[in-house]
Amino acid sequence: MNGTAVVRASALLAFWDTTVGKKVVMAVTGFVLVGFVIAHMAGNLKVFAGEEKYNAYAAWLREAGSPAFGHEQLLWLARIVLLAAVVLHLVAAWQLTRRSWAARPIAYARKAALRTTYAARTMRWGGVILLLFVIYHLLHFTFGAVGYAPGQFKPLSVYRNVVYGFSVWYVSAFYIVAMGALGLHLYHGVWSMFQTLGLTGASAERLWRRVAIVVAVGVVAGNVSMPIAVLAGWLR
Amino acid sequence: MTDPARTGASGRLDARIPAGPIAQKWERRRFEMKLVNPSNRRRYTIIVVGTGLAGGAGAASLGELGYNVKCFSYHDSPRRAHSIAAQGGINAAKNYRNDGDSVWRLFYDTVKGGDFRAREANVYRLAELSVNIIDQCVAQGVPFAREYGGLLDTRSFGGAQVSRTFYARGQTGQQLLLGAYQALQRQIAAGTVTMYPRTEMLDLVVVDGRARGIITRDLVTGAIEAHVGDAVVLATGGYGNVYYLSTNAKASNATAIWRAHRRGALFANPCYTQIHPTCIPVTGEYQSKLTLMSESLRNDGRVWVPKKAGDTRPPAQIPPEERDYYLERKYPSFGNLAPRDIASRAAKEVCDQGRGVGPGGRGVYLDFSDAIQRLGEATIRERYGNLFEMYERITGENAYRAPMRIYPAVHYTMGGLWVDYQLMSTIPGLFVGGEANFSDHGANRLGASALMQGLADGYFILPATVPDYLAQHPLDALDASHPAFAAARREVEDGVRRLLGVRGGRSVDAFHRDLGRIMWELCGMARNDAGLRKALGEIPALREDFWRNVRVLESGEELNQSLEKAGRVADFLELAELIVIDALHRTESCGGHFREESQTPDGEALRDDANFCYVAAWEYTGTPAQPRLHKEPLVFENVPLATRSYK
Amino acid sequence: MNLTLRVWRQKSPRDAGRFVTYEATNINAHMSFLEMLDVVNEGLIARGEAPIAFEHDCREGICGSCGFMINGVAHGPRRGTTVCQLHMRMFRDGDVLTLEPWRAAAFPVLKDLIVDRSALDRLIQAGGYITAPTGSAPEANSIPVPKPDADLAFDAATCIGCGACVAACPNASAMLFLSAKAAHLNLLPQGRPERPDRVRRMLAAHDREGFGNCTNHRECEAACPKEISFLFIPRLNRDWVATGLRARRAAPAPSVA
Ligand SMILES: Cc1cc2nc3c(=O)[nH]c(=O)nc-3n(C[C@H](O)[C@H](O)[C@H](O)COP(=O)(O)OP(=O)(O)OC[C@H]3O[C@@H](n4cnc5c(N)ncnc54)[C@H](O)[C@@H]3O)c2cc1C
Ligand code: HEM
Ligand code: HEM
Ligand code: SF4
Ligand code: F3S
Ligand code: FES
Repeated sequence: MNGTAVVRASALLAFWDTTVGKKVVMAVTGFVLVGFVIAHMAGNLKVFAGEEKYNAYAAWLREAGSPAFGHEQLLWLARIVLLAAVVLHLVAAWQLTRRSWAARPIAYARKAALRTTYAARTMRWGGVILLLFVIYHLLHFTFGAVGYAPGQFKPLSVYRNVVYGFSVWYVSAFYIVAMGALGLHLYHGVWSMFQTLGLTGASAERLWRRVAIVVAVGVVAGNVSMPIAVLAGWLR
Repeated sequence: MTDPARTGASGRLDARIPAGPIAQKWERRRFEMKLVNPSNRRRYTIIVVGTGLAGGAGAASLGELGYNVKCFSYHDSPRRAHSIAAQGGINAAKNYRNDGDSVWRLFYDTVKGGDFRAREANVYRLAELSVNIIDQCVAQGVPFAREYGGLLDTRSFGGAQVSRTFYARGQTGQQLLLGAYQALQRQIAAGTVTMYPRTEMLDLVVVDGRARGIITRDLVTGAIEAHVGDAVVLATGGYGNVYYLSTNAKASNATAIWRAHRRGALFANPCYTQIHPTCIPVTGEYQSKLTLMSESLRNDGRVWVPKKAGDTRPPAQIPPEERDYYLERKYPSFGNLAPRDIASRAAKEVCDQGRGVGPGGRGVYLDFSDAIQRLGEATIRERYGNLFEMYERITGENAYRAPMRIYPAVHYTMGGLWVDYQLMSTIPGLFVGGEANFSDHGANRLGASALMQGLADGYFILPATVPDYLAQHPLDALDASHPAFAAARREVEDGVRRLLGVRGGRSVDAFHRDLGRIMWELCGMARNDAGLRKALGEIPALREDFWRNVRVLESGEELNQSLEKAGRVADFLELAELIVIDALHRTESCGGHFREESQTPDGEALRDDANFCYVAAWEYTGTPAQPRLHKEPLVFENVPLATRSYK
Repeated sequence: MNLTLRVWRQKSPRDAGRFVTYEATNINAHMSFLEMLDVVNEGLIARGEAPIAFEHDCREGICGSCGFMINGVAHGPRRGTTVCQLHMRMFRDGDVLTLEPWRAAAFPVLKDLIVDRSALDRLIQAGGYITAPTGSAPEANSIPVPKPDADLAFDAATCIGCGACVAACPNASAMLFLSAKAAHLNLLPQGRPERPDRVRRMLAAHDREGFGNCTNHRECEAACPKEISFLFIPRLNRDWVATGLRARRAAPAPSVA
């Protein structure tokens, strides 16, 4: 490894060693995750366009980037980026949270909340719910390991998988609850990441607040519409 | 204990004023002074007590020069020093306004404002250095008010005819102190200054007639410690709290200078106290301190009281012809901007005539209605918004609707330890800076000149004169085991034990309140022979009662605020007597010291230059009742002695 | 009026603390909150009980000495007001008030309502200054400062170092204090040259002192008696991101033991 590379590596380490550095990592990874969630939702909404289109989309996901990329190559690239983002986001969250807890070893007997929001106060536990959701969700729609009657789940017939998946009411209920947690996480997170990155100011701050509301409401509405539609029998 | 060489049998004091024309004195002295070789500086330990403008700036500058500085403060952080509270501004003869200001004019105004009781040479140096202070502070990032062009703004303050006051909204003191504090923190990080916060100096140690160290108490653990040094600098602030109620911070006290006085440092002009005219009146027994309303309010506010005594109608219902705008009436040329001592006395006078307003009849109106009509509420809000807010916070009244009520309050003490031109006291090696010394304000301090003096002392004078002393007086090494240290330490420990041992029935504050009442009534804005003699009877009696009856709970080995207060009040009880003795001996009226026996037919202060044109420096003789007077004659070669008239 | 006070009493940093209830009787509405405590203390002393220790000095809202929690709010119910400037007319007869010291690992309790805030001084030692040795200053007006910058720097400089931001922050973070000081100096031309090192060193000190990490709750801003804007925190983050990686090769901070 040459000199500058050493400096770079150590610089990155030093960056990660500061709390603000970790926080910036959270913001950047958070940004990636937000991007994914929005794109993922947009794609999934194709479910309303009917079985062929939606399955075609799922298939396309695997061929995306060809001919430059081979079968599932780009997808795997995306998966790696996502996985890295979640891991970094999670580790930073965990370390910073421990730090903040250690910073106030004795809790107040009485503590009022003046300006903070419910969303901001629930980022940590909300995040945990999201983590559990993602794990379940992968086992569910990606591996078909849970939530299906034997033989119901067929790779690539995504449309059926979703419809069968959501027709189990408590599975849908769990999704809907999880989307509530996601909405709160985004309501604070999307605004917060721009503060963390310093991309803000007197007027920009108000703009990011609005953006956060739009993203949070949009994502929740879009995602919740699917289980609802299935339970209501509009998708079958 | 005072060095005989410096106070002759005649009691004459040698101020060591440089020869030559006044404008060259400081320059000449700077050249005369001996220097310390940079490589030797680290070997000298300089003890600085106080981290206000004077102490903070001094400790930082001395540390920067390479000396080994030990800095002490009873506050939890150097930034809390009382300098933080200064509002109005700081003077400097920059003449940025091209309005005819100059070093000479600032010098002249300060000597005249001090009612010809200050030392010309010191005052000139102060005016001279004022310009460097502004440069230094701006370089440190002090955010002074600025014009739209980006250059510094100034305003006229305390009745000055030129616009020479630099300011930072209503918190000039805080911004200047933060500048000094940050410079100090820089030196602490660099290791040249060792900071001892929450550590109170309780005695000075003098070895072979030279100041060699201090005894301190750690306010958290109660540990009594001895600190050895080659020179000691006291920058411990003023003693206005001897009156209990004052605009000073609650903890401001005289302990450091008083203990030094008991060790032989002469105390100069103790009776010169400044009463500030624009403070929020007392509302009840429980009152713990008085809040200053910046003098700048007098630029637009008109001061009045009802013409007839006992008129309790609300101000709005009192028609103009039944109002007495007494300052405008008595001082047509200065009107509401008459100097502090004059405005304060006038307020007392009208209240004594039963024309005072508000609960207790101890208040006068400061009325903005005319200004609001003339300039509009918006302008007034812009100029004084924060002050009106502060007034509302404290009184719950809206000064845009009804006039403010104000009354004079003790604000500043011109007196302090006597120092020569080098800021060295009568104890060689003991230097005194800032409000703690008596130096530059004579009998009355002009607005915005205390910050100037504190910083001049701290940044520029002490860092030159202390090294000169070190270079001239090789001292033999010694440590805290020296008998003088052991003895002083024992005395301090006994003092603490004594206070805890009384176990009486009255709290420290109760005694402090009583002392304040005596001082305010008998040695306040106007003083007379009978009253002062009465005080001389009451103070020692109160002191005795204190030592028989004070109740200090808990122990000395912990954080004990009552114990801290008790020590300070015990010293106030002795200092008070000296103040009264000084006031009694000075039968003239000058500046903040008004003797009813000495006034003109129309009630103005009457100076007696034939008999009192000197600094009264008192020596402690072992009993507070019999201090020995030493006189430093004052000569005025550059500003001809004249009656101070603001008519 | 009469009040009931639940006050945290703790004899020393080593002793365990607990809440003790006191009655504050016939309190005058014109009193300041601290004057009310003075009265309570006089009563305690008369009864031979140790008075409640609380820090205070100027009682004018400028020295930053005072401060404790009143019913979970730093400096009490009135916005932009230190507890020494808070007056009893803000309360009603019969109110029950819980008085608690600032709570943070970086602010150990010394006694009752008094905490040790020296960690804030150490943040300043790490870089909260402009290196301007005495005597080296150029003529003041040779450095013009655009009024908007000067005004914003001033807004930041009004911080009184009371620590309420730390006390109010759910993460016990000192970012408001830190970012305000950094902004004051970074915004001025005099402070620019040291900006990268200042930001880096002060943030490193913030981590060293064991303050929590800011997650943008804005409680600090709401509790700040000088109403310092939260936006100084993002500004500091930006300066750090901008200069952080570049400046990291510079010399490490001087030891601030
Ligand atoms: C409300 C108010 C407003 C004012 N406004 C103005 C103004 O606008 N312009 C102006 O020019 N002046 C003004 N003044 C006057 C000016 O602020 C003071 O005279 C000046 O700041 C005094 O500074 P100092 O450094 O001498 O002492 P201080 O700032 O009082 O510092 C004293 C220091 O000594 C320490 N100390 C004291 N005794 C001991 C001890 N025994 N042991 C250890 N440490 C000790 C303290 O901890 C503190 O650090 C004002 C004063 C008041 C009260
Ligand atoms: C894997 C489980 C997750 C955990 C444990 C978690 C936890 C956290 C925590 C503790 C914060 C800090 C709170 C704050 O800074 O205000 C945070 C911030 C954030 N999270 Fe998550 N989160 C998770 C998943 C997600 C997901 C899936 C997304 C996107 C959809 C996301 C987006 C964000 C964003 C944008 C921020 C703001 C970053 C910032 O404030 O700088 N997080 N997360
Ligand atoms: C109710 C809304 C959602 C629906 C209907 C949905 C649907 C799906 C489906 C069908 C798949 C499998 C795609 C395939 O195998 O081709 C999938 C994969 C995935 N989903 Fe979702 N999802 C939803 C919400 C979310 C949310 C909120 C997140 C993240 C916070 C998420 C994260 C993922 C991930 C990480 C994968 C794996 C992608 C891969 O690597 O193949 N999903 N989702
Ligand atoms: S930012 Fe506000 S709350 Fe924090 S220390 Fe400064 S003044 Fe106090
Ligand atoms: S409350 Fe704490 S989380 Fe940040 S915004 Fe203020 S420091
Ligand atoms: S006592 Fe000084 S700010 Fe409250």
